[in-house]
Amino acid sequence: MSLIEVAGLTKSYGEVHAVCGIDLNIEQGEIFSILGPNGAGKTTTVEILEGFRTRDSGTVSVLGFDPNTRGHQAREWRNRIGIVLQTSADAGDLTVFETLNHFTGYYSNPLGVDEVINSVGLKEKEHALIRNLSGGQRRRLDVALGIIGNPELIFLDEPTTGFDPEARRAFWALIKTLRSDGATILLTTHYLDEAEALADRVAVINKGVIVEISTPADLGGRAISQATVQWRDGDQIKSEKTDNPTAIVSSLAARFNGEIPELVVTRPSLEDIYLEMIGGVHEQDSQRA
Amino acid sequence: MNKIPSALKLGIRRGGLEIRQFARQRESVIFTLLFPVILLAIFGSVFQDTIAPGVTFSQYFVAGMIASGLVNTGFQALAITIPMERELGALKRLRGTPMPASSYFIGKAILIFVSTVIQILLLFGFGIAFFGLDMPTDSSKWLTFAWLVLLGSACSTALGIAFSTVPKSGRGASAVVTPIVIVLQFISGVFFVFTLLPTWMQQVAAIFPLKWLTQGMRSVFLPDSFASQEVAKSWELQTTFLVLVVWLIIGIFFSVRKFKWERD
Repeated sequence: MSLIEVAGLTKSYGEVHAVCGIDLNIEQGEIFSILGPNGAGKTTTVEILEGFRTRDSGTVSVLGFDPNTRGHQAREWRNRIGIVLQTSADAGDLTVFETLNHFTGYYSNPLGVDEVINSVGLKEKEHALIRNLSGGQRRRLDVALGIIGNPELIFLDEPTTGFDPEARRAFWALIKTLRSDGATILLTTHYLDEAEALADRVAVINKGVIVEISTPADLGGRAISQATVQWRDGDQIKSEKTDNPTAIVSSLAARFNGEIPELVVTRPSLEDIYLEMIGGVHEQDSQRA
Repeated sequence: MNKIPSALKLGIRRGGLEIRQFARQRESVIFTLLFPVILLAIFGSVFQDTIAPGVTFSQYFVAGMIASGLVNTGFQALAITIPMERELGALKRLRGTPMPASSYFIGKAILIFVSTVIQILLLFGFGIAFFGLDMPTDSSKWLTFAWLVLLGSACSTALGIAFSTVPKSGRGASAVVTPIVIVLQFISGVFFVFTLLPTWMQQVAAIFPLKWLTQGMRSVFLPDSFASQEVAKSWELQTTFLVLVVWLIIGIFFSVRKFKWERD
């Protein structure tokens, strides 16, 4: 049985069909990323899985529970998940340490406060008031609050928005550590490089349906798509699209008798593929209309 | 695997956190706790006559100030601050944890009770020092005072949480809630002697808890001879108790049923 099982999920807000039949299985121990433009149905889907919203139809099981469960069972369920939300501006009058220490009281088997503060890199800020933190530090506190309960499943919603490149790298390393410690992670993000760096599998959602589920490397036939070989020939930059880049490179190597000047071999980036995918759905849609 | 902590234990833990957070908002602390004292200073200085033999207006006014302090500190504060917490996403974050709603409510009740008690002590100190406030000597009066503060504080907390779903935004909450409280204060005998109000106004006020809290507090701080000057010619403590219990139940019912963790 998968950790998260979703079948035939739908949700409408009045006339707006936010989610139109989504099927999804997320396995134990994986980092699964959901990609999609704004308004694609990402947030609605994730918030249904988090138990923040009700669904119109379909079945949903998260850690073996229906997220709509209420009462004591819901507490037992929430005890096993961690949620890092998009926005927060609360509790500015408490320190980082006080807030985390308070949250440990909500869970049956929390992580140590010092351990968590260190892992998100807030050691030198632990006694600072939250309202005096920078945006990136505050975001790291959000993550710390999401993992303090030692969750089996972590929801991360746009976790690195507003991070500088160095902080993002550090954050990615933290997420990988959490996974290697046994957690399953569901990541929604706008950043394709983030999905590529972290995710075992990605789902692209557009217009309330899943366009494709695949590994980042295979998405949209990326792995088998044509490569581009580019090199310098005298004062000219030459390039060639090919299914056999290795053959071209070795013939070039023979021709130049060793090093090929300014050699580059590329395949379409995840971003190229992604834009093509969501653009494709837009086109189909306008044809229908 | 340890068990998840009980709702009561978490509620007490939340109460501690709420008090700590409140104490750090210095302006809000000073204003909330000293507001009744400031009003007593103004009204006590303006109206220096006696309203009955041996009963100063200050004495009458302290009873009203304690009663309306219960409403200000509980109902008004919560109906304004909870929508703000909701808007800032603080409630949604809590919703995502195993902490139940009941713990959140218990935490608020503790905060309101503690700040109410501090407020009353300040009012006593100031009233005794500057306005010749007579404290009751009879232990049965102190017993009445104790249940009025406990029940009044609980009732005010529950109604504040229940009403927190009414304001559409955090910023607009104050504009919705404050006028309601001010009107209630005027018609419930806080600022004026209740029996001087028109009958219809007295009848409207009698629907709401503040009139009963104020009258109950008069039974504590005014001589028993004054009871004959009340509308019903008595303190009506049993009715007061019943009205407060009914409002408490209404408040808890709507808090549990209608509480919103997120903006729509």
